[in-house]
Parts: sequence; C-alpha cells; structure tokens
Amino acid sequence: MKELSLHILDLVQNSLRAEAKCIQISVKDSVSEDVLEITIADDGYGMDAALLARVTEPFVTTRTTRKMGMGIPLFQMAAEQTGGSLSIESTPGQGTTIRGIFARAHIDTPPLGDMVETLVTLVQGAPDVDFLYRYETDTQTLTFDTREIREILEDVPLNAPDVLHWIRGHLQEQEASIENEMR
Amino acid sequence: MAKSIEELRAIREKMRDQIDLRHKDENNIRVVVGMATCGIAAGARPVLNAFTEETRKRNLTNVTVGQTGCIGLCQHEPIVEVFEPGKEKVTYVAMTPDKVARVVLEHLVNRNVVAEYTVGSLDTLK
Ligand SMILES: Nc1ncnc2c1ncn2[C@@H]1O[C@H](COP(=O)(O)OP(=O)(O)OP(=O)(O)O)[C@@H](O)[C@H]1O
Ligand SMILES: [Mg+2]
Repeated sequence: MKELSLHILDLVQNSLRAEAKCIQISVKDSVSEDVLEITIADDGYGMDAALLARVTEPFVTTRTTRKMGMGIPLFQMAAEQTGGSLSIESTPGQGTTIRGIFARAHIDTPPLGDMVETLVTLVQGAPDVDFLYRYETDTQTLTFDTREIREILEDVPLNAPDVLHWIRGHLQEQEASIENEMR
Repeated sequence: MAKSIEELRAIREKMRDQIDLRHKDENNIRVVVGMATCGIAAGARPVLNAFTEETRKRNLTNVTVGQTGCIGLCQHEPIVEVFEPGKEKVTYVAMTPDKVARVVLEHLVNRNVVAEYTVGSLDTLK
C-alpha cells in the first residue's frame, strides 16, 4: 500500500466484517519520538486465541471468496520493515485492537496519506457505524466523531451525498488549520 | 466551525424535503465498488469517491453507491458492478477516477454501457 491511510481503510474493513458498531482510529505522529503509531480499536465479535495466533501468517482468512488474507500480513510487513512492530489483542464477543508502530523518519515508512478520503470512504460504506478519529502530533490534535454529526443530522443518513461532501470539506478545513499552525 | 454546523443543518432540512421525491424502483441503479485489500491496494478508494462526487454533482438521486468485499477477480481491481433493474449486471474492471466520469455520463445518465471498460473486453477471459 502506498499510504498508511490505505492500510487503515483496509484494516477497518475487518472491523466492519466483525460487525463492529463503534471503531476508534488513532494516529500518533510524533517527530520528537520518531514514531508513527496507528491504532484501530473495534467492538466487533473478536477472534478466539487460535485464530489470533495465526492471523499474522499470510493467507489466513475466514473469507470464502478466496483462500488468502493479506490485510494484516501486509500491515505487519510494512511496520517491521521500518524497525517497528505490530500487535493485536482480541477478546471474543468484545472486540479487537490492532496497533502498528512505524519509525517515522525511516525511508520505508509510507506517508500517512489522505486520511480525509479514508474517513469519507468509511462513512460512505458504513453510515450506521460510529467512527472516532484522533490524529495527534507533538503539538496539535485533530478529532472527528460521527456521533456529533449524527446528533445534528437526526434521521438523515450520514452517507447522503451532500453530507459526505460536507464531511470532506469539514475535515479538509481542520487539516488545513493544523498545518497552518505548525508552520 | 459554527458556520459549518449551520451548513450541516441546512443539508438536513434539504434532505428531508427530498424524501418524498424518491424515484420509482425501475429507475434505480445500484453501483457497487469492491473494497477488499486487493481493491484498496489497486485504487478503489478514489474510484468510490469519484462515483459519490460525480453522482452528487449531477444530482443523480436514482443512483445508490455501495461497497462490497472481494469480488474474486483480484488482478483486475478496482472492480465496479452496476445493477439496473431488468438488466444483466455490468462489471467494469481496472477502474480509475477518469473512467468513472465516463461511466457516470454514458452509462448512469445515458444508459449506454461503456463496453471497452467491462470485464467482457478482457482478452484473457474470452
Ligand atoms: N477486527 C477484527 N475482528 C475480528 N476478526 C478479525 C479482525 N481482523 C481480522 N480478523 C480475522 O482475521 C482474518 C485475516 O484478516 P486479514 O485482513 O489479514 O485478511 P482478510 O480480511 O481475510 O482478507 P483481505 O484483508 O486480504 O481482504 C480475517 O479473515 C478475520 O477472520
Ligand atoms: Mg482484511
């Protein structure tokens, strides 16, 4: 994957398949600690110990359309290539937390990329699921919480085209204001 | 932010007014983009977002855009399926945002399949 934001989009598909209702995505982007840390925590149906022990092996999948699962092994490989690591915790019936740690300055660390497009895509595909996003640098924080938007929209779905357009604009505005302050 | 929240409220009111204007079922088109690892790696995200933006700009309220997992033709991702009532499913392969613009205009608006982008145009599958 060319961007970490694409890994995030892919890993959240796992959470959605596990019927998660609330998914927290956190990105810690710290120059001072030289770390880019991505955490996805869901409240889906989780994995038992036997599956959990095997998911980092390529080709382990509970899919039926094809025999290989690539999402987690690709993410793990990407993290380990930079001297970082992957960890997964999961409790059946409660949820799963997956975390990838990258050395921020390492040449093989992909850019975070377009998180706005990833978030818009996620809301488009799962308008009834709550997404909580938090992006943190050494000095700045950006947050996005679909529960706040849902409260304003009331009965109108989050994936209505005009709403998605609004979400994109809103997130781009927030990103721009962080970048300005960092200069 | 305050202005922005006002905009969101305005969208809510506009959407509520539109609910009665829903199209009859026979006009509805469903577009589905494959969003598994293979699709995402190949560029499904900009393809999906091009569909939602193009249909919004053209106000194609009869088109719904959805996502699905692996369609099973990983080497030809990004894959898009178009379902029209009473017609056979059309499968587009190796999609890009530029191709989306053409599919929206020619297929979703004018109802002519863009044959050269379909899975049927692939020599390897003939
Ligand atoms: N958040 C999660 N909750 C529950 N099960 C999970 C979760 N993440 C992964 N799994 C399990 O681990 C398996 C492997 O995941 P992985 O993302 O590597 O491959 P995949 O999703 O099966 O296929 P691909 O990602 O290539 O489309 C999944 O099929 C699923 O059974
Ligand atoms: Mg996966």
